[in-house]
Amino acid sequence: MSATTPSKLQKMIASGNFAVTSEVGPPRSADGEVIEKKGNLIKDYVDAINVTDNQTSVCRVCSLACCIRLKLMGLEPVLQMVTRDRNRIALQSDILGAASFGIHNMLCLTGDHQHFGDHAKCANVFDLDSVQLIQTVRMMRDEGKLLGGHEFEVRPQMFIGAAANPFAGPNVAMRASRLAKKVAAGVQFVQTQCIYNMDTFKEFMKILVDRGLHEKVSVLAGITPMKNVGMAKYMQKRVPGIDVPDEVVRRIGGVPKEKQAEEGINLAVEQIEELKGVEGVRGFHIMAIEWEEKVPEIVERTGLYPRPNIDAG
Amino acid sequence: MQYPPNVRIIEVPCTGKVDIMHLLMAFEYGADGVMVVGCMEGDCHYSAGNLYAKKRVNRVKEILDKVGIGGERLAMYNLSSGMGGRFAEVVREITEKVLELGPSPIRVAAGTATRPIAEVTT
Amino acid sequence: MIKAVPKPLEEVLDLVKDFNKLLIAGCDGCVTVCEAGGLKEAKVLASALRLYFTQEGRQAQVDETSLTRQCEKEYLAQLSDKMDTYDAVVSLACGVGVQYLAEMYNNKIVYPGVDTCFMGVNEERGVYSERCQACGRCILAETGGVCPIARCSKRMLNGPCGGSDKGKCEISKDIPCGWELIYERLKTLGQLDRFEKPVDPKDWATSRDGGPRKIVREDLRI
Repeated sequence: MSATTPSKLQKMIASGNFAVTSEVGPPRSADGEVIEKKGNLIKDYVDAINVTDNQTSVCRVCSLACCIRLKLMGLEPVLQMVTRDRNRIALQSDILGAASFGIHNMLCLTGDHQHFGDHAKCANVFDLDSVQLIQTVRMMRDEGKLLGGHEFEVRPQMFIGAAANPFAGPNVAMRASRLAKKVAAGVQFVQTQCIYNMDTFKEFMKILVDRGLHEKVSVLAGITPMKNVGMAKYMQKRVPGIDVPDEVVRRIGGVPKEKQAEEGINLAVEQIEELKGVEGVRGFHIMAIEWEEKVPEIVERTGLYPRPNIDAG
Repeated sequence: MQYPPNVRIIEVPCTGKVDIMHLLMAFEYGADGVMVVGCMEGDCHYSAGNLYAKKRVNRVKEILDKVGIGGERLAMYNLSSGMGGRFAEVVREITEKVLELGPSPIRVAAGTATRPIAEVTT
Repeated sequence: MIKAVPKPLEEVLDLVKDFNKLLIAGCDGCVTVCEAGGLKEAKVLASALRLYFTQEGRQAQVDETSLTRQCEKEYLAQLSDKMDTYDAVVSLACGVGVQYLAEMYNNKIVYPGVDTCFMGVNEERGVYSERCQACGRCILAETGGVCPIARCSKRMLNGPCGGSDKGKCEISKDIPCGWELIYERLKTLGQLDRFEKPVDPKDWATSRDGGPRKIVREDLRI
């Protein structure tokens, strides 16, 4: 949590206000307008916008190109970077590229295996994992050094983020332990996997607080609104690492089909309100994939709009 | 017990003793059809010999299909030793099947398939 | 050991169908253990090929044999007298053996008869699973004897990832999460403190990434 960067997200968190981030998914063609539209849709409701990096191993416009576009629009991007597709040369190269455009936030991820995507036959890279990527960007920022030893002057001023998943195996204590490892590697903020099981999440946060980790890393709670009961069931049964309790599925499924989306938004709003009271939660990461138009409503209904005016300098 | 005379019986202590090579060699030497008759599943005197046999028979059927001989010429049956009537029945069954299929392509190629199909009546 | 599976018969047929004199060369090493390319499998393949050629009306000669190992010149040399009689050889050895055989008899067409898969264990007869990726610098001392490079789908050194689900890898319920295995082992051994220290990026130059590898043991050479 040491280095201060020009990141507006970092400043918002440091100000003590709840930070709000969201994500936009790039298109699967060379269409440059999609990201522009999505960015404009949510820009007044968030402090920073994540661009996913070939998420679920589906080939899309690269995160770097989209982040540059957002930056040139005057917005605050968070460059998501997975280690599945690029070796350390390319990863460091892209970090330098992002920094050269004044991008100050990145999320270091290992990445979904290509099995899930549209190119299941490809070779994967995984030269580094997420923890090693955190170490790498921290070294680039704090020491002006690349992994191969080359030293350089103009350093990337990155606010370093990663993902945290309290719901994956082996158990909550080990997931907290893994976050401790990321902290040791240099992570400054995390966005969690989307939360439906409040008890597990609170257990996770309690471990962090007991260990004092909540002061070393800022936790942004992940929220994904359910569109319909089909989505709830799918996420419960078919997506590894996500925990959807039965009562959530029952709740969404318990209303008529045309009301399910509304119920999903209601649930998301309630979750945010509840999470505001959990110690260590410094903000929210709203992942409304292909439903970005709902972000403004969620931010408004949870009293997080307008975004506080922090003098970003 | 009456069954067609064209069957040559080779006794084994257990069908588990039947090797893939035995089955393939039978066809190489010109057998038109091969049947493997083992105990009822679950009743194998040697516990699982007939299950191994089933796997081997299936593997050879697949090979026979792929090399142009035809897997239908090979079959496995499960009988108990007291089922003489059923034995005669299955022999008739496979004999009819093989007559339908005609002589093995190996015998045709070797020139030892002496009668055209249409003349065979039993 | 090295684990392999027989190539589909139709693939082998397609490779050899135009030849008249074939040798099927098995190997008594790894491929015998995993029942893919030993003498037994060589005999079965030879018989299948003879049936094929005969029913095609062709006079083909298909012989079978098996060598102690095909990765050793002195055993490959045992074939030298009869090699000239064959148009082509189907080697049922692993990729190593096929290549060495082809190297020694370099004017002979040599085809592979198995697909070489990985280095692994026999869980039970007919069930084999991968354990080692030959990265060239073994780290098993640090991971409680479970290899994250071979057993983690993402070869992470700081796992598990967020897709680890009830002990299984996100790719498939048939794949145990390598890092959950490491975690359980470290817990049993009382070494869980290893978990919180970041492991530095690996030097992959000792692995396939550094190029084809060679070992020269001067202490063994005369």
